[in-house]
Amino acid sequence: MTAVLERLDVPMVKSRRHAAAPRSDRRPWTFYALAAVFTLYVAALYGPMICIYILSFQDVRGGLVFPMKGRSLHWFVDLFTQVRTGDVKGSFDRSIKLAVLVTVITLVVSFLAGLAFRRRFIGDTFVFYLMIGSLVAPGLVLGIGIGLLFQWLGINASWYTSALGAQLSWTLPFGVLVMFAVMSRFNSAWEEAARDLGASRWQTIGLVVIPILAPGLVAVALFGFTLSYDEFARSLQTAGSLNTLPLEIWSMTLNVTSPSLYALGTVTTIVSFIAIGVSIGAIVLINRRRGTGPASR
Amino acid sequence: MRPGHGDIELAGLCKSYDGITNVVDGVNLKIPDRAYCCFLGPSGCGKTTILRMIAGHEDPTAGEIVIGGENVLGLAPVERRTAMMFQSYALFPHLTVRDNIAFALRVRGQSRLERYKAVDLMMEKVRLTELADRLPANLSGGQQQRVALARAAITEPRVLLLDEPLSALDEQLRVQMRQELRRMQRELGITFVHVTHTQLEAIALADIVVVMEKGKIKQSGPARDVYAYPRDRYVAEFLGGQNIFSGKVEQVGSDHLVISQPHRTGIHVGVQADRRVGIGDRIDLAVRRDDIELMRATSGEPGGGATALPGRVLAIEYQGSFVKVMLDTIPDEEFIAYVPERTFFQDPFNVGDVLLATWSAGRARILA
Repeated sequence: MTAVLERLDVPMVKSRRHAAAPRSDRRPWTFYALAAVFTLYVAALYGPMICIYILSFQDVRGGLVFPMKGRSLHWFVDLFTQVRTGDVKGSFDRSIKLAVLVTVITLVVSFLAGLAFRRRFIGDTFVFYLMIGSLVAPGLVLGIGIGLLFQWLGINASWYTSALGAQLSWTLPFGVLVMFAVMSRFNSAWEEAARDLGASRWQTIGLVVIPILAPGLVAVALFGFTLSYDEFARSLQTAGSLNTLPLEIWSMTLNVTSPSLYALGTVTTIVSFIAIGVSIGAIVLINRRRGTGPASR
Repeated sequence: MRPGHGDIELAGLCKSYDGITNVVDGVNLKIPDRAYCCFLGPSGCGKTTILRMIAGHEDPTAGEIVIGGENVLGLAPVERRTAMMFQSYALFPHLTVRDNIAFALRVRGQSRLERYKAVDLMMEKVRLTELADRLPANLSGGQQQRVALARAAITEPRVLLLDEPLSALDEQLRVQMRQELRRMQRELGITFVHVTHTQLEAIALADIVVVMEKGKIKQSGPARDVYAYPRDRYVAEFLGGQNIFSGKVEQVGSDHLVISQPHRTGIHVGVQADRRVGIGDRIDLAVRRDDIELMRATSGEPGGGATALPGRVLAIEYQGSFVKVMLDTIPDEEFIAYVPERTFFQDPFNVGDVLLATWSAGRARILA
């Protein structure tokens, strides 16, 4: 009996010693190694972007490289007033409109697809793979293909037709995949309970399904918006004669040699952050209003 | 509130999902108005499917469902005037307690003022008034159950259908909420149909217990009938509290039979009017565990008409009000005697003691 106990005791003591190690004052060397790697990663990720933001706040003498020459908002004014820098205002306008359009379509289609894919139907795996296919297809090639098709059909390519379609081939699969994750936490007993209490199908969708899925739908919308807002590859051959913002920035890198290029980078980043901030704010607000959120039963 | 008429009649009810096997297989049952009926059976026996068919969430493959004299097939749940309480309750997570309960009135188009008045009354009834503005995530299991009950009851149903309503609760709360369900049923004065796999829950609550196996009703009737007079081995084993074993009929007397077993002979059983048996038949017997008396092998034979079988004590479990003594009286079958606590401790047995287990012929029952 004691022999058995002793044998049992050995691994117990060992494991206790192991468990106690991280709690001691000294951290293992691996902590510092990993912290260094992480710091490098963050610096490499944000350093270049921050350089651009800083350089965009120079005054009229400013150039494209450090050192910083003066401090002003000159290049931001220049960005929206000077014609030689390109059609920034127009492309910004188009990009926002296009992103909103893409967001709405992505949201509606993803929501409906999420509802549909809860049940098996004939050809469901085929439709699913078709969707994933358009996600992995090279964007540039897909864009060229759409451009060619429009030309062949004799339709003029423009941002609200061919570019819209090209971007949807990218945002829809994303939206649907996010929606699958959201739907996996949806309990169909809620719908049944609504029906049991006398709700019509539309009432069930409006009063139960959409409100419960709201945080997930906001996430889908955010995906749609940000993916569209800085989409480049698929829009390149499909936007037609009028540029979207990423295309405009790209063409500016070829011929604009002033910090107004950097100012544009700062402005677009701010817009992105506003979109993300609004979305996250909405999700937080919804979750706070219902305690701990949809994950709880 | 419109008058009751919550009597339910199921006639030849069948349900098949694949067209080959019947999940529910020809169920006939009458549940009187204002009864508390429990469907009891292991998971997969079709009890929940029956409940969902009565509720109108599933259509039967064949058969009829009549509630209050009216065939309700094809009607929506609200038109049937049934309400369902879902397993784990399915409370709407984005609505407060008040709005959850008010949901049925809201979809009917009642104004906020109107529906809140009705809801406040209902919340008082189930003692939820203080929790009115809470969200379901911030409620305990018992509170969630009360909300689910109130949400279903506000539709003024004539039948309330409960799908494993106590399974989400811990043991202590389960006993408490069991009483609450019974109280609500009496107060609302409507029919309750309750699905469970716990026999204790069923016999504690139900006026009518329906024991099911593989889509068929095995036995239905008042709780005491089903518990004390199980019809067959399945029901006896599922409800528990019985020693069950089989044997061959050796003699048929005017008032009793004598049964023998490979290991034991001379088992006396009273003749039952509803069971015809002949010499040589193999039959199953059941003897209630609390009908068995244990005596020391040395203290002599019991009186006439009684069966006395020897056995060794395998284990003893103290259960509070009684003591559970496990014996090897019938090899290959579980054999247990429930000895009242006071009796046991007057002369306690030990594991390994050889005892006589005795019962009078009338206590043994023949199973179908």
